Amino acid sequence: MVTIIFLVAAAIAVVFAVLTVVPRDPTKNVLSLVIMSFAMAAVFAILGMDFLAAIQIIVYSGAVLVLFLFVIMLLKIRRIEALGSGRPVQALLGALVAAGIGGMMLVVAGLLLPLQGAVLPGAVETGTAFPIGRALLSTHLFAFEFITLLLVAAIVGAVYLGKGEEE
Amino acid sequence: MWVDLIVIGVKLAFGLVVLLTTVPIMVWVERRGSALIQDRLGPNRVGPLGLFQPIVDVVKLLAKEVITPAGVRPLLYILAPAIAVIVALSTFIAIPIGKDSGLELFGHAVNGFIVAPDLNIGLLYVFAIASFGVYPLLLAGWSSDNKYALLGGVRASAQAISYEIAMIIAIVGVLMSSGTLRLQQIVDAQSGVWMGFLPHWNVFSQPIGALIFMVAVFAETNRLPFDLPEADAELVAGYHTEYSSIRFAAFYMSEYLHMTVAASLVTVLFLGGWNLPWIDIPFEGWAGALLSMGVFGIKVATLLWFFVWVRWTLPRFRYDQLMALGWKVMVPLAVLNFLWVGVAMALGYM
Repeated sequence: MVTIIFLVAAAIAVVFAVLTVVPRDPTKNVLSLVIMSFAMAAVFAILGMDFLAAIQIIVYSGAVLVLFLFVIMLLKIRRIEALGSGRPVQALLGALVAAGIGGMMLVVAGLLLPLQGAVLPGAVETGTAFPIGRALLSTHLFAFEFITLLLVAAIVGAVYLGKGEEE
Repeated sequence: MWVDLIVIGVKLAFGLVVLLTTVPIMVWVERRGSALIQDRLGPNRVGPLGLFQPIVDVVKLLAKEVITPAGVRPLLYILAPAIAVIVALSTFIAIPIGKDSGLELFGHAVNGFIVAPDLNIGLLYVFAIASFGVYPLLLAGWSSDNKYALLGGVRASAQAISYEIAMIIAIVGVLMSSGTLRLQQIVDAQSGVWMGFLPHWNVFSQPIGALIFMVAVFAETNRLPFDLPEADAELVAGYHTEYSSIRFAAFYMSEYLHMTVAASLVTVLFLGGWNLPWIDIPFEGWAGALLSMGVFGIKVATLLWFFVWVRWTLPRFRYDQLMALGWKVMVPLAVLNFLWVGVAMALGYM
């Protein structure tokens, strides 16, 4: 039963991940990404990571992708340019990165193969908000605070760029 | 296995029937209530006090022609109203509407009046699905190929994102004081008295948080004074300008469904769920369960009347006022509430 749900969710995720990059219509891309993030949330939930599943939907589907759609609609983008932009270096680098990520995932999948069909080890304790919050504010406190600093810097930069040269 | 599925099916049916029943009632309350506030009579021809008016309305809407205007994007245009109803219905099934004291149905444990009581992210599930509620508005506005509809959709998305931030920060206070994400335990944490004489409801211990959540809920459900996405005076009917017949009815219905869901959430998070003030009733057995549902229902009904009352009393905001209120007032106040809860908990007042 769980395996069937996982396979369906994984298949949906893969199909809509492809649909996120292939069509030339940006709304279709974003909506495919929405469906893919739902499928990923289902996969997280199957692995026992309820908290991560909910956060995945709240942050990505609920906020980030709404902003993407907002911008697409505001700018009235009906079609996007073809991939590649005619530079062979880009295509080469892209292929290299894709091959690297694919190879990495195959290795990880090979390592995880003995655990097939099982809940991730320790997921029952780590799936809830409590251990994640404690880890963020103790073990990973420096990284957590550093990321917030980066985000503040990014916001300040965006506001500065967005203001233009009025004065 | 099969018994579990049947129990889940019965719970789903029960929750959905309860939720869907509120729609015609609320349509009637809104029409009679607006008449009361504006010193008119309101619908009074069909049935006693016009009670059957919603049924006639539905028949009229269903009998109208379903029009798909030229130039729309057919798939998104048709999907948008469907998503609107689906989102509203799927949030409600995670909200506990009554107390379960180990009840059994045909020899099988009921396990709470929600579909997934063991979900340890209850509240986050509700917000995850509810945050999806802006998509139908955006998609309807975009796919309609109409400038008023598009403006409505764009406004809806900007407004929803702005108010969601304040809303979620306000919720953090409740989560801190009750120490759980499960809605049933949040209700249980609000029983008894606080500071010796007040009911231990979060509305008393976190008044700022309750106020912010209530205002944000008005903005999220697109009710006046925050109905900028469908501002009749400027945008014809906003995102659903191009919709007719059953598709329009779906949008109309989802607005009332969202109101009921929002009122239930406010009740669970801030008004103590089914807890009565000062009186400690154990709510044993099926009679207790029905009684707790009654208490819950009265609180929800009061809040729903409050929604109607506000709609026909306050004028609409200007768009810049709406954004200024959301970002410059609500977010700082929400952070203040968060600080208050933290300090009060550290000093042992909560």
